[in-house]
Amino acid sequence: MTIGNKTYFEVLRPGINTTIQDKGRNHYFHLGITTSGAVDQKNFKLSNLILNNKIDLPVLEFAFQGPLLKLKGVSVGICITGDVIFSIIRKDQTVEKGLCYQVYTINNGDQIDLKSTKDSLYGYLSIKDGLNIKKVWNSCSINTKANIGPNNGKKFSLNQKIFINSDKNQNLKIRKLKYKNKINNSIRVLKGTNFDYFTQKAQDDFFNRKFKITNLIDRMGIRLSGPHLENKVSTNIKSEGLVKGVIQVPADGNPIVMLADHGTIGGYPKIATVISVDLDNLAQIPPNSEISFKEVFLEEAEQLYKKHLRELNKYASFLNEFN
Amino acid sequence: MIKNILYLGDASAYCDFGSEVNEHVNSRVISYFTKIKELQKQKKIDGIINLTPSYNKLIISFDLDKTNFTKVKEIVKDLKTDTLAKKNTKKIKIPICCQDGLSLDFQRLIKLTDKSKSEILSQFFKKEYFCYMTGFIAGMPFLGDIDKELRCQRLETPRIKVIKGSVGLTEQFVNIYTSESPGGWNIIGNTPLDIFDKNNEVSPNLINPGDKIKFYSITKEQHDNWK
Repeated sequence: MTIGNKTYFEVLRPGINTTIQDKGRNHYFHLGITTSGAVDQKNFKLSNLILNNKIDLPVLEFAFQGPLLKLKGVSVGICITGDVIFSIIRKDQTVEKGLCYQVYTINNGDQIDLKSTKDSLYGYLSIKDGLNIKKVWNSCSINTKANIGPNNGKKFSLNQKIFINSDKNQNLKIRKLKYKNKINNSIRVLKGTNFDYFTQKAQDDFFNRKFKITNLIDRMGIRLSGPHLENKVSTNIKSEGLVKGVIQVPADGNPIVMLADHGTIGGYPKIATVISVDLDNLAQIPPNSEISFKEVFLEEAEQLYKKHLRELNKYASFLNEFN
Repeated sequence: MIKNILYLGDASAYCDFGSEVNEHVNSRVISYFTKIKELQKQKKIDGIINLTPSYNKLIISFDLDKTNFTKVKEIVKDLKTDTLAKKNTKKIKIPICCQDGLSLDFQRLIKLTDKSKSEILSQFFKKEYFCYMTGFIAGMPFLGDIDKELRCQRLETPRIKVIKGSVGLTEQFVNIYTSESPGGWNIIGNTPLDIFDKNNEVSPNLINPGDKIKFYSITKEQHDNWK
């Protein structure tokens, strides 16, 4: 089989944090291997849906400044999601301003210039029929901290080739979705298992005051600053498991929210956990923005998740009916 | 037994086995972990995507597309586990070199314990340690318990980089940094062994929960030429 050995993107500029991600790597927390996966799962899924791909095919994830990629080989369909400023530089040097949530056909010699993410952090590039890479530990997600995943667990660098799963020209209909990536600065949470470790004032402040997203953000987590959240029991707990969305508060009183590449175990008290449907949104909020936390209850969080699934299904059927 | 099952966010169940840390409590945690793994293999439980056993907690993460907290809680609450289930636990010897340069925190330990370096080491090497859990970073084992006189708190300011193989102490526990990582444990030495093998997708961890570990001393030369 020679599929996928001929067509590839050459990396002419790697961007700041360009990796491959998918829905994540499950079943290994007990070994210390975290899930990873696309930080913004919704935009990851939409990028595949718009191309009529299987919803969980691996895609390229980038943050702040994205890569500049040049296609060598057959024509391929692509889609970019998020809030991304990009252009397509055709082989004859004509430049097309790119629109997110829309299919483009890229031909041999064309370049995709993913200039930056706008008022957000992460963007996604999906490719019709996906990338030609093997799963490592049951996932194509790259964890650059643990160096686990394809590409030796490292982000992409200059002149690398990213191979594509297609060996015949694709000429796709222009499917598009009318969608705007909206950011909401009110984050819904469930109270955490150590909520009562905090003083009454800290508990009130947590829900009533604003917190700033600092510059210390990456795929592992988001450090916040704001009112000092004073602990009246202990600033350490016996180390125990962590999951995405957990908000830990170390001794310095500043909360840290766990994201896709979080450590599997942690020893700081858990004040709250961000509900599943708000994680994608939170991860996209740029540094120096202010956010606030709002308490919801479990049933509400579950209902909101169901609504989110219905919404994704609605997009899928819209795309299939009207495009 | 499980004292309480709480939710941790909307997609995880937090099984609390109490606040004590000892081998007995931990083996209960492991028996639940093993049981749920078995049921998953037999396809009797659907939707569970991760299990994190620790000293005295078990966190069960699930796929909200397939199940929810109430359903998972019902299953776990009524589980019959083999409390005496002996799993395949191993005895493992780990060489460490405690010479200057690799044992970064001895001055601190000497001050805190009021013992000499050789007293600390002979006491440390005498004991066999139990593996409670692995995690934080891939394959990192959390071992215990250290003799009371050797216990000390973690560093006030964690190091930005702790090198691979470093052996650290905090409270009653010992761990081994399986790869370079930030960390705040008191470093007493370094092992040349690979504790985590990322190319072994079946059994990547040299040390697993339930295993018994003994450390022994090697010279810098042995350390550097270890095969």
